[in-house]
Amino acid sequence: MSFLKRQVSETQITVKDRLWLYIFSGIVLFLLIIPSLIVIPMSFSDSQYLEFPPKALSLRWYENYFFSWKVENGFNDWMGATRTSILVAVLTIFVATPIGTMAAYGLSNGSPKMRKIMFPLMISPLMVPVILVAIGLFYFFVQFRMVNSILGLVLGHSLVALPLVLIIVLSALKNYDMNQEKVARSMGATRLRAFMEITLPQIKFSIISAALVSFLTSFDEVIISLFVSGGDNSTITRSMFLALRDQIDPTIAAISTILIIISSGLLLLTQLLGKKGAKK
Amino acid sequence: MAVSEGQLNAAALKAVARTERRTFMGLTIPYLVMVIALIVIPIGWLFYLSFIGRDGTFSFENYTRMLESKAYLRIFITTFKISILTTIICAMLGYPLAYFMSQLSQRWANICMIGVLIPFWTSLLVRTYAWLVLLQKRGLVNDMAIDLGLIEEPIKFVHNTSGTLIGMVHIMLPFLILPLYANMRAIDQNCLKAASSLGARPSYAFWTVFFPLSIPGLLAGLLIVFVLCLGFYVTPAVLGGGKVIMVAMKITSNIELYFSWGAASALGVVLLVVTMAILFAASKLVSLDQLGGKG
Repeated sequence: MSFLKRQVSETQITVKDRLWLYIFSGIVLFLLIIPSLIVIPMSFSDSQYLEFPPKALSLRWYENYFFSWKVENGFNDWMGATRTSILVAVLTIFVATPIGTMAAYGLSNGSPKMRKIMFPLMISPLMVPVILVAIGLFYFFVQFRMVNSILGLVLGHSLVALPLVLIIVLSALKNYDMNQEKVARSMGATRLRAFMEITLPQIKFSIISAALVSFLTSFDEVIISLFVSGGDNSTITRSMFLALRDQIDPTIAAISTILIIISSGLLLLTQLLGKKGAKK
Repeated sequence: MAVSEGQLNAAALKAVARTERRTFMGLTIPYLVMVIALIVIPIGWLFYLSFIGRDGTFSFENYTRMLESKAYLRIFITTFKISILTTIICAMLGYPLAYFMSQLSQRWANICMIGVLIPFWTSLLVRTYAWLVLLQKRGLVNDMAIDLGLIEEPIKFVHNTSGTLIGMVHIMLPFLILPLYANMRAIDQNCLKAASSLGARPSYAFWTVFFPLSIPGLLAGLLIVFVLCLGFYVTPAVLGGGKVIMVAMKITSNIELYFSWGAASALGVVLLVVTMAILFAASKLVSLDQLGGKG
């Protein structure tokens, strides 16, 4: 057991002194990951009751999910809800990304004094408790008959995605030298052309990852969707939440598995893009 | 003495720079319109509603009810109790893990970081559902404990306070670890070497050198977790099984069941004021840039 006496740092600590730390950290990491992974094998179970390990395998819960068009009892129209969620998430990209990028570009070149005043207001959608944002929007949309509309959902989700876009693009612009744009303009390029041809290509990876984050934010959003959406325009998260509150339907395990694959795929993509952006 | 050309130019340049800055600030207008139209105005409206009584006139009844009613008092106590407990448990689990990761080589730390980021990016609902499945009466945890002979009767983990706490700790832990880990990584390891060369035992060096240096990251993490907990809705609603009522749930039921906008708004205003007060007090201690998240 000589490795126990090995020193782990340049101070006198040995592996043995730290053994508890290794074990403890291992357990915490395990507990962090396991709930995200456990639903995957369960989704292939044949049983109505979620058992682990599954005694018999089947794809019936996936079948339940994929062939649920126009099921009569309200919230079990999973496919319709998925379509709404994807539509709203894609539209959120197109609202939040340009507006957030524009604001980040303006903010990073504007007067520092104004930035100090405006930044807290601009990240307020992250600071104000989401439940309050949700009921505020609900009340607001009721006045304009926008409840249960795609537009209302897109506006609500964009609001939450905007600060994330702002933060991501701002941090990219921090490393960008604006003098390059000045050079372009001194050579006769218009402001817009200088931005499009000089600045944009250099921050494009950050903008793409901001777009992916907007998608994910909208796709995973529960509370605003719960209030603002409904009827035919119910999102997948809203349907899932209502189903969870009422019963444990194994179809949710199948949907969860699909959601995990989507989020980890997008996360991987943003990480890769982040690396590419950092290299530039 | 005449004004020199240089000075004239300086004035002109200054004016140009000012217009330039203004043009740039103009680009933030669509963003500001969104925030003002969808947050400032609606919440201002709720603020106004909270002062409208049941008979439609100005009154403080929504606030006085909160002070008089035992039910509301219980909700506030539950909210604070759950939030404080979650924050403490997160600190106890997260601090050693962040410390462990900060001591690893960058490569191994990145691998461990995946373990922190996977739950961070997995949908809140999926994780809440997973805990429901794991902890239910015939769930994996109970089954295993019975098979191992640890217990005879299944323990009731979910649909009560313990289920809520387990679920919330799991969701909040990454919010604590991320700023804390970033802070610990930035601590100069030479400080510890210096301490040990001066004769400090490892534990003494840790408590007198490392721990004080990690306090800003710890505070930022605790703050994010606590504030997010205060307004949390999904996890207590599902894992609490109706027995754990927090402020956000009361707001929802006020609207969905009783259509009582005044009462819901007043609760919302209290929640907002408490959150903002905590954030403001904390902004004096730590940088606000590290905040943010979903809930």
